[in-house]
Amino acid sequence: MDVQVIIDNLPLYLQGLRTTIVLVFASLVVGLLLAIPIALLASSKSKWISALPKAYIYFFRGTPLLVQMFMIYHGMGQFEAVRESFLWVIFQQAWTCALVAFALNTAAYTGEILRGTIEQTPYGEVEAAKSCGMSNAQIYRRIILPSTFRRALPAYGNEVIFMLHGSSLAGLITIVDLFGAAKIVNARNFVPFESFIAAGIFYLAITFMIVWGFKKAEHHWHAYLRPRES
Amino acid sequence: MSQVVAYFPLILKGMLLTVEVALASLLIAILLGLIGAVAKLSKSRIAKTIAGAYTTVIRGIPDLVLMTLIFFGGQILVNNIGEKLGWDYIDVDPFIAGVLTIGFIFGAYFAESFRGGILAVARGEIEAGYAFGMTPIQVFFRITMPAMVRHALPGIGNNWLVMVKTTALVSVIGLQDMVYNAGLAGGSTRKPFTFYCVVAFLFLVITGFSDVGMRWLDKKYSVGVRKA
Repeated sequence: MDVQVIIDNLPLYLQGLRTTIVLVFASLVVGLLLAIPIALLASSKSKWISALPKAYIYFFRGTPLLVQMFMIYHGMGQFEAVRESFLWVIFQQAWTCALVAFALNTAAYTGEILRGTIEQTPYGEVEAAKSCGMSNAQIYRRIILPSTFRRALPAYGNEVIFMLHGSSLAGLITIVDLFGAAKIVNARNFVPFESFIAAGIFYLAITFMIVWGFKKAEHHWHAYLRPRES
Repeated sequence: MSQVVAYFPLILKGMLLTVEVALASLLIAILLGLIGAVAKLSKSRIAKTIAGAYTTVIRGIPDLVLMTLIFFGGQILVNNIGEKLGWDYIDVDPFIAGVLTIGFIFGAYFAESFRGGILAVARGEIEAGYAFGMTPIQVFFRITMPAMVRHALPGIGNNWLVMVKTTALVSVIGLQDMVYNAGLAGGSTRKPFTFYCVVAFLFLVITGFSDVGMRWLDKKYSVGVRKA
């Protein structure tokens, strides 16, 4: 083991770390914003409304993220209409392509999580809200959505970790994230063990922090489920 | 369209490899998963610690990082050992590297599913086995294993689906699976989107068949269980 190589390349790893965190965070935010309407539509009782979001969820959960990313990064240039429109600004750069692919992917997974929790809302709560005279929009805003987010928390924690791990694919399309940094260090110094293990340790550390953060969040938001402390 | 038809045999050849990689990895993952689960539930503290470290570390690191680590690092490791033993230079086969890596990664996930399954087996059934004078190994293979499958099946199914999608990564270490071949076809026809779409569709086909298989397994292992 040659630790010196890693120490020498620490700035590169830290740059990669920053890229990974920014990429994951941005994808999660965009993905969550997309997931809420998707989940609301997919949990609709009308088959006509729920069909399209369900198909979207099925496609993105059923195919590898790598293929989705390649479809966007390599594939979008195939269409002249895309190349000549303003969209080309997005699809021309690797960074935005990865962001679009990750956001669409996590939107599908998060949408499925939220759909499940929306549908499992105890009906008595909805009934109680109705008998209090709330409108449909009020019921969603005051009763269904807050409890949905709370109950979705553990599953969403897994999805965040999944996204972090998935984001390493960005290193394959010229982006210098943590994996991309490890690839560069390996190519320059031919130290596969040291370079990839260092990246692995970074990922492991972030994973532990996410797990810890969600534990804290669950402690806070699931406080009413905890047995009473005497 | 005619281009898709022309390259379709190449893609199908890749699909065959994808399925081969997935099935071979499944075998290794189940084996490692069983060992991991038994180690986690054993009374030995050393076994528990090793199994715990294995499942935690593997599930905390991206599969892509592990795969490149094992493929590029394994190459050096094998040749360092070979040098001492006086072997010739060995090229690590990407198929073996890919299968070993995916099997190794998903062994950790299977260990968790199996552990849950084993815990769900009724204690009395195991005790009955001992009462008949079976050895611990006999109890495990005759009673715990068959009864555990039913409880572990949903977890196994999920892991299998994730694993099928993970096989797409072997294209990164040079295996000519369907993602790799779609890249070739897309490059030479300048229609990458079309070919990646075909591959995405074929992944959905594999997933669809898996669903049917899982339902069949679920039925088979739930014989004698009444459901509401």
